[in-house]
Amino acid sequence: MNVAIVQTKPRKGKYRENLHDLREVFAQVGSEPVDLIVLPEAALTGYFLEGAVYELAMDAPAFADDIAAAWLEANPKKDVDIVCGFYENSDGTYYNSAMYLQISNREAHIKHVHRKMFLPTYGVFDEERFLSRGRHLKTFDTRFGRMAMLICEDSWHAIMPTIAAVKGARILVIPSAAPGRGIEGGDELTSIVRWRAILESIAAEHGVFLLYAGLAGFEGGKGMTGSSRIVDPRGRTIVEAPPLGAHIIRATLDLHEIDLARATLPLLGDLNAVLPDLLLDEELPLPPMLRQPRDES
Amino acid sequence: MTLPIIEPRQTDFTQPPAINPALTAQWLEAFLKDELVGGRGIPRAVVGLSGGVDSAVTAYLCARALGPKNVFGIRMPYKHSSPSSLTDAHLVTEAIGINECTIEITAAADGYLQLERDADARRRGNVLARVRMLVLFDQSAKLNALPVGTGNKTERLLGYFTWHADDSPPVNPIGDLYKSQVWKLAEYLGVPKPLVKKAPSADLEADQTDEGDLGITYAKADAVLTRILEGYTNDQLVARGFDRGEVEIVRKRLDGTHWKRHLPTTAMLSNTAINEFYLRPVDF
Repeated sequence: MNVAIVQTKPRKGKYRENLHDLREVFAQVGSEPVDLIVLPEAALTGYFLEGAVYELAMDAPAFADDIAAAWLEANPKKDVDIVCGFYENSDGTYYNSAMYLQISNREAHIKHVHRKMFLPTYGVFDEERFLSRGRHLKTFDTRFGRMAMLICEDSWHAIMPTIAAVKGARILVIPSAAPGRGIEGGDELTSIVRWRAILESIAAEHGVFLLYAGLAGFEGGKGMTGSSRIVDPRGRTIVEAPPLGAHIIRATLDLHEIDLARATLPLLGDLNAVLPDLLLDEELPLPPMLRQPRDES
Repeated sequence: MTLPIIEPRQTDFTQPPAINPALTAQWLEAFLKDELVGGRGIPRAVVGLSGGVDSAVTAYLCARALGPKNVFGIRMPYKHSSPSSLTDAHLVTEAIGINECTIEITAAADGYLQLERDADARRRGNVLARVRMLVLFDQSAKLNALPVGTGNKTERLLGYFTWHADDSPPVNPIGDLYKSQVWKLAEYLGVPKPLVKKAPSADLEADQTDEGDLGITYAKADAVLTRILEGYTNDQLVARGFDRGEVEIVRKRLDGTHWKRHLPTTAMLSNTAINEFYLRPVDF
């Protein structure tokens, strides 16, 4: 499976111009074999939009048409799958979303739209002021196996990739927009170090490939940390983009590595066995109607 | 049997914040390129050079980001300014090869101050700062360049600046760096030693120093500010080794100057009030 991650550095709010640029990037990416292309959160608008999000949010089919047209103009005869983050307008309810689009025989099919569930609304972040949160974490089948998408803070909550993996995801796709901070440490911003640790830990714990696409560029003084990466199922970053600037990273993945990693470290199998006991814990803040009487016999 | 005991390494809670200067310089260089060239399409910068370390660091960063030919260092002496301020500012332009220009502000400032002969030092200082702001913005229009700010985080938090003067340039690379961090960044960038070593001063009166005005050293103020912004109370800071008098100096200045870190207060009358309901990012 050939994967390319496009680390975009969009011009703020210039959706049409950024989409035009994307055609050229697609032409470049399509000149080599590629099965899946991943772009960041808010890849074609920029992340910090405040009230302008209502001007730029699109319904999913219209966004799919734009992305598919951009790909097919550059690569008229090639099939590909594309994941891209965008602000979604769903009948007047607004989400921070990521779309999985499959293009085959010049037809585009939306395989899934994930709506960000954890909307950071603290410090520099203000997402829930403008957006509604998604309500479901779904896995979905692709021609490369089952996948799930998480957006940025979704992946900072260990339960999210855990549930995705338990539900059968073998590849986690994570579009993100992470403003950098922390200059007091080593040779990298501390926020980048933290992200790497989290992502490598997720991949190693569940034996999944992890495709992380980070937005780049400064937005009103806040520098997005790029650092797009592909992590293998043993938790090793196999390719990584620098924090600054637009880049493409690519790799050929052997999906059999997932089975080998899980055989060596069967944590996911262990979790499948134990999970029911964990979820029936009466101390967990779950709605009572979801609980079954525990059989203590 | 006696087992070895292992405990966390002790860190000094009262130290000023650390900085990796190479990483910071790289990040700020990218910031300036993106904000000036990419975001605003203005590849040239105007920096008011006071002869102090803050404006020197800003000029060095601009030169790295935009190239020395695209940076204009403006020296703006008043009749009472220390001659060493001029020569120290020249050390910067000479070292990095940026454009240098000297605009004496005495006539402009005194044109007004002669009408207000009993103005005290604070008022006179504010007038000089605002005249310098006027010059910087006009020079930026003349040179098709953007004024770049030189205010550091310590003076911003302590309110030790003139509102709508020092804080007015639209882009500031060092406003989230404490003074102690600016010094370390200056050493890394190669700012001439006289500027790094000398006592910071607003240069409004003879023998005036920032630390004398503030009643606390920058190193102490930075350490206290760091912990206050992390959420510690005065009592908690004193319990962890800070001097109560110094904590109170910093807390008082911080709490008394929140207004200086905001735009003017506007009466809200509608549900489209600007920056209350009508919210658009600065770079949109």
